[in-house]
Formats: sequence, C-alpha cells, structure tokens
Amino acid sequence: MTKAGTGTGTGITVAQADAPAPVARLPRRRGIELALILMAVLLSVFGYCNVGLAQHGTLPPGAAGYGAGLGVLALLAHLAVRLRAPYADPLLLPIGVLLNGLGLVLIYRLDLETPGDRAAPTQLVWSTLGVALFIVVVLLLRDHRVLQRYAYVCVAAALVLLIVPIFFPAVNGARIWIRIEGFSIQPGEFAKVLLAVFFAAYLAANRSALAYAGRRVWRLQLPTGRVLGPIVAVWLVSVGVLVLERDLGTSLLFFGLFVVLLYVATGRTGWIAVGLLLASLGAVAVGWLEPHVHSRVEDWLHPFASIEAGDGPNQLAQSLFAFAAGGVTGTGLGLGHSVLIGFAVKSDFILATAGEELGFLGLTAIFLLYALLVERGYRAGLAARDPFGRLLAVGLSSIVALQVFVIAGGVTGLIPLTGMAMPFLAQGGSSVVTNWAIVALLIRVSHAARRQAGP
Amino acid sequence: MTRHIRHAAVFCALLLVALLVNAARVQIVQAPEYDGNPANRRPDIARYQQPRGDILVGGERVTGSRDTGEHLRFERTYADGPLYAPITGFASQAYGTTLLEHAEDGLLSGADPLLAPLPYWNDVTGAHNPGGDVVTTIHEAAQRAAFEGLGGRKGAVAAVEPSTGRVLALVSAPSYDPQLLSGNSADATRTWARLNGDPDQPMLNRAVRRTYPPGSTFKVVTAAAALDAGVVRDLDTPTRSPDPYPLPGTRTKLTNEADGCRNATLREAFEWSCNTVFAKLGVDVGVRDMAATAEAFGFNDDRLRIPFAVSRSTFDTSVDRAQLGLSSIGQYNTRATPLQMAMVAAAVANGGQVRSPYLVERTLRAGGSLVATAGSRPSREAMRPSTAARLKELMRGVVENGTGANAAVPGAVVGGKTGTAQHGVGNSGTPYAWFVSWAQGEGDLEPRVAVAVVVEGSAADREDISGGGLAAPIAREVMKAVLDG
Repeated sequence: MTKAGTGTGTGITVAQADAPAPVARLPRRRGIELALILMAVLLSVFGYCNVGLAQHGTLPPGAAGYGAGLGVLALLAHLAVRLRAPYADPLLLPIGVLLNGLGLVLIYRLDLETPGDRAAPTQLVWSTLGVALFIVVVLLLRDHRVLQRYAYVCVAAALVLLIVPIFFPAVNGARIWIRIEGFSIQPGEFAKVLLAVFFAAYLAANRSALAYAGRRVWRLQLPTGRVLGPIVAVWLVSVGVLVLERDLGTSLLFFGLFVVLLYVATGRTGWIAVGLLLASLGAVAVGWLEPHVHSRVEDWLHPFASIEAGDGPNQLAQSLFAFAAGGVTGTGLGLGHSVLIGFAVKSDFILATAGEELGFLGLTAIFLLYALLVERGYRAGLAARDPFGRLLAVGLSSIVALQVFVIAGGVTGLIPLTGMAMPFLAQGGSSVVTNWAIVALLIRVSHAARRQAGP
Repeated sequence: MTRHIRHAAVFCALLLVALLVNAARVQIVQAPEYDGNPANRRPDIARYQQPRGDILVGGERVTGSRDTGEHLRFERTYADGPLYAPITGFASQAYGTTLLEHAEDGLLSGADPLLAPLPYWNDVTGAHNPGGDVVTTIHEAAQRAAFEGLGGRKGAVAAVEPSTGRVLALVSAPSYDPQLLSGNSADATRTWARLNGDPDQPMLNRAVRRTYPPGSTFKVVTAAAALDAGVVRDLDTPTRSPDPYPLPGTRTKLTNEADGCRNATLREAFEWSCNTVFAKLGVDVGVRDMAATAEAFGFNDDRLRIPFAVSRSTFDTSVDRAQLGLSSIGQYNTRATPLQMAMVAAAVANGGQVRSPYLVERTLRAGGSLVATAGSRPSREAMRPSTAARLKELMRGVVENGTGANAAVPGAVVGGKTGTAQHGVGNSGTPYAWFVSWAQGEGDLEPRVAVAVVVEGSAADREDISGGGLAAPIAREVMKAVLDG
C-alpha cells in the first residue's frame, strides 16, 4: 500500500499527495472531495433505486428522500471539513459516505424480505448521529494532540464501557450489549477508539524508554517492567473482560491493535513474533476451553457438518452458498437470496448480501474501498509530525483493517467466525457512530500533518 | 518509525490479499460445488419462482399453480386430484415429483432446453423459460368410469387404444389428493407421513407399479403360444387333457373350478377357464416358446416407459415342467401389471401387434406452440395374425357364452377373459379378481379399446370374488365410455 492512484468503485483517480514539499503548503483539494462525495451519494441513490426496480419494477418511493438525506449529511460533513480541516485528505470523507450509503442500501434491500423487522430507518438515524459526531469532532477538536492529555480519562472510560455489559443479559451468547428500554448500544465499539487513543498516547510518551531500557531475553530486548507494565495491564484487563463477555472478535482486534502499535512504536520485530505466538496460544486455549468458540472453530473446519448431520445448513454454510451464488458478477442488487442466512444477515453477515448480489467484482470493489480508507489513514500517520499523531492514525487505520479482515474472513470461511460489524456496512448503531469518529480523527490527523508539510 | 509504519501497512495489504484470494476461491473456484449442494435452497427458489406448466386431459387442465407469495412462490394445485393422481403423480416442494410430474419435469418447470427460442440461448442470457404444457392421451370419461367403478375397493384399471398404444385410462385405488403434498407446510409433512404409513398404500400406482399374479387372464398368452407353436391346430378338437391334471414330476394334482374340463376343446377350456387344459398346454408348448410369446407381449421387459417407468411384468424362464404348468395359468412366478394385461388384450384386438403404450400425446410451449408429438410408436408381433383372429373369437365366446357375460356392451363386439388369482402363502390371501377385454363399436373398423381390471377384494367378499363378478362390470363401463365417444 505504498502507491495510491488506483480508482475503485468510484472510478476516480487519486493524485499523489505524498512527497513532502519543502515549505510550500499542500493544495487543499476540497473541490475534489466535494465531487467525490456527490458521486458517492449518487452511487448510493442509484443502488437504492436499483433495489426497488429489481423487487417491484418501480422506483422506490423513498428514493428522493433517501438521496436528499444522505446528500445533506454528506454536505454538512464536507462543510465542517472545509471550515476546520481544509488540508485534510480528500478521500477519507467520500469513502465513509459511500460505504455508509452502500450499507443503507443493503439493509434497505434486506428489509424488503423481512417486512416485520425494518432496520434501515434506525440505521439512518444512527448514521445521522455518526455524521453529527464527525462534525462535532472536526469542529471542536482543534488539534488532535489535545487528546494526549486525556489519555488516562480515555482508558478509564474504555474500561468502564467494557465492564458495564457484564451486568446486562447475554444476547446470542455474547454479553456485549447495554440495553435500556429497547435501546441497545455496544460499548466495546466506542472502547476501541478510546483504547487506541490511550495506547497511542502512552507509547508516544514512553517510546524512548520502551526502546532502550530493560533486560534481554533470548533475542528480545524487553523494556523495563515499570514502562511496559501499565500498558500490558490495560491490555490484559480489556482482553480478559472481553473473553468473559465472549466477544472474541473484539479481543482479537484489541490484541492486534496492541501488537501493531507496540511494533510501530518500538521498531522491534520481536514484538511481532511474541504477538503471533501469544495470539496462537490464546486462540488454542480459548478454542479448547470455551465451548462457544470451540463450536465456531468446528464450524469453520467443517462448514457443512450440520448438513451431513441432517440439521440443514448453518449460518456459515448459508453464507458460503450466498457468496457462491454471486459468482463473478453477482445476481444483481435485490435479486439474491442471502436472506436465507437468517437472523444475523443484516449485521454480521451483511457482506454475504454484497457478495451474492454484487458478485466477486463488487466484493473486490468494497474491499478496495476499505483498503483505500486504511491506506489514507496510514498515509496520514506517515505524514504526521508528532509520534502521538502517527501512532493514533496507525492505530485507528489498523482497527479498520483488522476488523474488516476478521469479519470478512469469518463470513467467507477464511478464519473462524467471530461476531463483528463490517465497518459502515453492517446494521448497528454503535458501530456506525464509532466509525464516523474514526474517520473524523483521521481527518484531524491528516489535516494537521498536511498543513505543516515541509520542514 | 516511518519504516515500521510501512511494514504495518504491508501487513494490512497482505490481509487484503488473503481476503481477495479467499473470496475468489469461494465465489469462483468452489462456487459450482456450493451451488450444487443439496441443502442450498436457491435452485428450489428459482424453480418455484414461476408457475409450472400444466397437464391436460381432454383439453382441460387438471393441474394449476397457486401464488403463495412465499420464498418457494408457486405451489401446485390439482383439479380432481385423486382421479388423476395415477397419471400426474405429485409435484411437491418438499418431496419432489413423481410420475408425469417427474417424467416431464423439465418441460413443466421450464428447464428443458427445448423450450428455449434458440439452442444455448438460456445459457448465454441466464433467462428462464415459462413452463410448457403436457397433453395426455387420457379419455376423461373412461378414466372417470374406471375410478367410479372401483369405488372404494383396492385395485387398478388400465385401458389402451389397441391400434396406437394410447393410454386411455389409468386408475389406481385407493387414491390420494396430490395437492395436499404440494407445499412445504406442516400439513404437507403430516399428510406425507399419513400416506406413507397407510397400509392401503394410496400413493402406490397399482396400474403400472404393482404386479399381480394374472391368474386365468394369462391363459390368453398361453393360448396364443399353443396356437402359434401348433400344439393346438383347431379350436374345436379335444385337447386330450386329463382332469385333474397331475403336474409333471410331482404328486400334486391340478383341479378346476368348473366341470367338464376333461379332454375339453380349446374353445370350451377358454370359455370355462379350465386350469388343467392350460397347464398341460403350457407344458406341451415348452418353456422356450412360452417365454418367447410372453416376452413378445411385453413380459420380462424392464425398459417400458410411458414416459414414467412401468414395473417389469415377469414370466419365469428357469422353471421345471410342474412350475411351467403353474406359470401357464398365471400362477407361480408369473406376475403382471394391469397395464401389461391391457397390452395383452390390445395385442389380440390389434391382429397380434403390440403397440408400445404411451401417455403423452404432445407437449406445448407456454404460448401453445408445439414442442413434440408422440409420433409413431414401435410395434411388435406378439402372435401371428391368424392366431389373433382365433383368440378374438375365443375371447368373444367368453363374453357371449362364458364367465365374462357381465362385460357385454349392447351394440358392440366385446371379447374378454376372467381371472381369479390365488396368492399368499398357501393361497391364504384374498384372491385377486381380474378381467381383461377389448371392445369394438358398431361401425368401427377395429376394436377401439382394450382394458384390464384388477380388484384386490376384501375379506368381506371373499366368497364371491371372481373376475366375472367384480372386475367385468368395471371393464364394461370403461369400454362403454370409450365407445360412446
């Protein structure tokens, strides 16, 4: 991911904006952002109309409203960026709009098959909240470095958010929701951003100590326990809590985030080895001890075992059938049968609908959109001047990358399935709000980095 | 730090590559395997997305389709389900298809490539043709007469047109309503369990899928073999047969229901159904010629399709002389489907030529244009024409002077043969009443219909089970229905 310039679903060629030009400030490129946003909105409205035409042969009645709503949200976000982060990367916001718009189309499409359970309106409300949060962050957070001061507030909030769901009943085997009067949020989603802020701040502050002090064990130069201790403790607590809550996907995500940031901060390859070793050990242990996870691993190894046992296809098998039915070009929006997957079709398995109706080509386009988002995030990290900004951008981008990998790999049978939300696409309010927060922070880092480009 | 950020970026890129490679594996490489998995409901959903073509009897649709608005959208409906079930079979979302629904499934469901406007057209466009219609040869009035004639009794009727092989009636009783199996609801599941658990086997098509010992009706075949082989040259010459007849090589003595069978002529023996005479004739003809004649009529052929498969009727060829004697009067291992016995009567009526029976007159596209017609069916000589002429005379005698008087149709020439078949261990089962016949109306150049009727009877009417009493009236009604139009 060192070279930008490949267009994806938007068909837009991206200009190189990498090499730091001395003294001169980078162009702002807000016009490009505006054009891309409009295209993203049009593409989403086109998809929305396509679904309606495929299902009923008429344009869906809400098409104009849907387009207008999405367009107004996107334009407000664009105005906020134009006003307060004019140097920010012009790709980040359009990708967010397109993914969120596409997610709304997919959920609306699935709503048509489940008339008793409409998720798209709720998702639109949450998307609005997400964009609102985006605007608030872009407008009020003048400099991302301010967050460094609140690192310990962040970690405290993250731990509280992680622990609270323990006191709420489990849903589908995982204790990761807070439900109040029919209103449910998934605090782990917010916790991951807070934790990324804390990790980035702590590692940025203690970088030199991490790199140069401590004992040597085998070929690994360990930092002193005084420096490493607090961060390992935080990580252990959060992963421990997640294991208690049976949220294996998120604990894997936190672990990956921790290892990536530690590696980037210290520059020691040993951390990767240690990370992989620990991850494997943890995975084997959890897979062995935890029946919930054990069955997921069994499903992954033998996705059709339930069919052979005469119990019919399970969700993973249905998901594979959906992907296979899509083939290369897909059945067309609104013409697939991914609703056969069952209850998680709009959340964990939303990608199967994309795979069936848009095909391998559409799926590739979606993956490339995520890749572009991650790549632009990393680019912001590379361009940032302060270690905190660099680590924050890398951490947030890695969250997106790891999350996409874990859930997309799960539903396509690459790795055992862990329940997670596909960023922006999947049904889930906490998730969509969090992802907008991530994009907002990346915009802030990117703006700061590019504004100061030069010596 | 820059270098390590780049490394982390490369790691993320590797994750992306892994996802893409795996997606290609699932969506391209393994897609055909997943698509073909029997648990994948997509082919079913596509299949039931459009109404199925219909099966027609006498220009009327006896099937239909109902839009349920469910995933498997269209369900099959049947007009007069129980009446036509032995022809249509069922088309069930849960239990598949049988009989015509099965044999013509490609056409009815629209999958048959013949329905496409051009070869390979659908493969290229991914289009789905509307289902085509199947026009049957069934004669509605004959079918109804047979069904009503059987009433509640277990049994079957098969009627064919001798000169063509067109199947005019195919009835099996007790029957069932295939519509109850159409959907995939809990009701369908219950009905399925009930029908399968029913000791009367309502879903068994007795007319083509069940073989019975044909009893005395098989004497038509034995007489044809004896005449063709020259064992009997004159219908009115005594056959020099004893009564009772000791089965060769055993102490078993075969007896008759009727008197006067000792040394009877072939005509008398046929009219009064003398077991002794026909057992001896069969033994005299020998196993080779007996088997050859039986096979010329269609016995021992497991390839008969009308277009669904007809069970193999058997004439055992590895028998000793005693067993041959029993085989020749339709007992021992001789077994026949009602359709096979209708073919026997039809061969006599058609001058010795057996026409392959068929049930589908033509197939049509949804718009009504022709896909295929039955065309000319192969025929086979079961006996010499002269033998057929003499057998016709014998069969007429049975109706006019013998055991088959109940089958007489006023104003028509009718030939027939009764049978009462023993079965079960030590002949303990309730006997089967048989009647095979053909009829030629006034002014007809040749016989128009050949019928076989079997009634399984019940313990209640055990005393008066006879082909002439139980089965012949049913045959008469079927023949009358055909001759009347």
